[in-house]
Amino acid sequence: MEIKNIKKEFPIFKQKINGKPLVYLDSANSSQKPKVVIDKISNFYETEFSNVGRSVHTLAVKATNRFEAVRDKVKQYINAKHREEIIFTKGATEGINLVASSFGKKYINKGDEILVTELEHHSNYVPWHYLRSEKGAVIKFAQVNSDGDVEIDEIKKQITNKTKIIAITHISNVTGAVLPITKIVDLAKERNIPVLIDGTQGAPHSHIDMQKIGCDFYAISCHKMYGPNGLGILYMKKKWVDDLPPYQGGGGMIDEVKQDNITFAEEHTKFEAGTMQTAEVVSFAEALNFIEEIGIKNIASHENEVLEYGLEKLRKNNSVNIIGSPKNRGSVLCFTIKDIHPHDIATILDEDGVAIRAGHHCCQILHDKLGIAATARASIGVYNDKEDMDILSESIKNCQKVFQV
Amino acid sequence: MELKELYQEIILDHGKNPRNKGKCEGFTNDAKAHNTLCGDKVHIYLKLNKDKKIEDLSFEGEGCAISLASASILTETVKGKDLSFITRVSDDFINMIKNKKKITINSLTPDQMTTITSLSGVQEFPMRVKCATMAWHTLMSAIEKK
Repeated sequence: MEIKNIKKEFPIFKQKINGKPLVYLDSANSSQKPKVVIDKISNFYETEFSNVGRSVHTLAVKATNRFEAVRDKVKQYINAKHREEIIFTKGATEGINLVASSFGKKYINKGDEILVTELEHHSNYVPWHYLRSEKGAVIKFAQVNSDGDVEIDEIKKQITNKTKIIAITHISNVTGAVLPITKIVDLAKERNIPVLIDGTQGAPHSHIDMQKIGCDFYAISCHKMYGPNGLGILYMKKKWVDDLPPYQGGGGMIDEVKQDNITFAEEHTKFEAGTMQTAEVVSFAEALNFIEEIGIKNIASHENEVLEYGLEKLRKNNSVNIIGSPKNRGSVLCFTIKDIHPHDIATILDEDGVAIRAGHHCCQILHDKLGIAATARASIGVYNDKEDMDILSESIKNCQKVFQV
Repeated sequence: MELKELYQEIILDHGKNPRNKGKCEGFTNDAKAHNTLCGDKVHIYLKLNKDKKIEDLSFEGEGCAISLASASILTETVKGKDLSFITRVSDDFINMIKNKKKITINSLTPDQMTTITSLSGVQEFPMRVKCATMAWHTLMSAIEKK
């Protein structure tokens, strides 16, 4: 599949927004869906739908096979060793909550340290806060430097003999910094500290190989990977799958239930309580096929080209301040315009059909550190091109015109 | 909806040079609020006298042009007024923004009327309604505090 004509694969681009072609620059928030994914959802509901893993009738078998085949597909895609290492969740947020809850229950005690970074999205901070308030754990923040990077030496500095887990983002959703996750994992391994990676922004833009990264947990958000909403994947190394207690209680995750005792299912099943997302899981296979057909490396280099072009363009505008200058930048471009609040920027850009996000992007810790309340963020997906960056740049000039600055 | 109707001259002026900014001396009531969506913040201070009149008021805050202009216009509109006027104008304002209703209160000067209705363009931008109404809600909570 050619990236050049890829917009055609996404029905959303057929419409006009405020009379203008849609320039969608909010993929870090949620990506648009290709037709193959949308079609699979309706096709599955029309022909194969049933609850999975419970009944024995024909449709239940079909749906269960389809569902479990996606577990194998994901295993292959992220190069996990075992299919049981793939846990379906409702999102990356739930994946992180699951680890914080199950790992925390068993291994975090008073005074134990959880190491995160100042770049974290609230979803990789708030779940750990519960362990701080309930168990008296300590959350330590590896500091971000003036480029918007967190360096390996900073992580090294923050590790102590009380560090029980390191939870870090793969790619920052604000500065775009790509963290040296493999090095961090290597460092942690020397000290026998497990590592959770928030791959929400990492997975859509990079080749993720669990054997190469070597982390213990990797949380994925499917709706940012051209997949359906309401679905996430948590990769959990086999040793933890076997070792950690269940997360939520309910149907499907049990072994035997008696009035005086309950035993739990083994493997991934113990973490998948209740009726799982079915059409979402099934259609996510199509999202992965879509990515594989283009090639994640091709996607990454295309996005990088568009990003670099956009950065260069915006740097020429003296009123635009680009947030962060990390060594390696993911597909995120956060900026401010002198004397115009990001919220106003977003409204004015929208009139030109340009969809961006404005606010703190669920990263208040980082914005406090940067000393700004809000930023405007343009984020790039496979369907963006240089022309989109030209339109963004012109639309920014229009903001300045409206505000007479 | 044209952008220039949303970002009228009056709004840009109030946004850039907000009136009554800061903490007024001897305030008797105050209240603050923030918009978790975009990080806008507002803190209103007011001095209520024995006759239930707002003798003085001011605000501190940061945010978009709409929220700053709205807070600034609010302070100009209600300074020196009594509570019955304030309640009515505040209800009118929120009704105008949220429900596209006309301003009914008839004791506004033509200038005040122009100023307050300059924000009516926000009606067409549902995601920005909170930016315009936050200061007015905060004013009412400040009054109700005592």
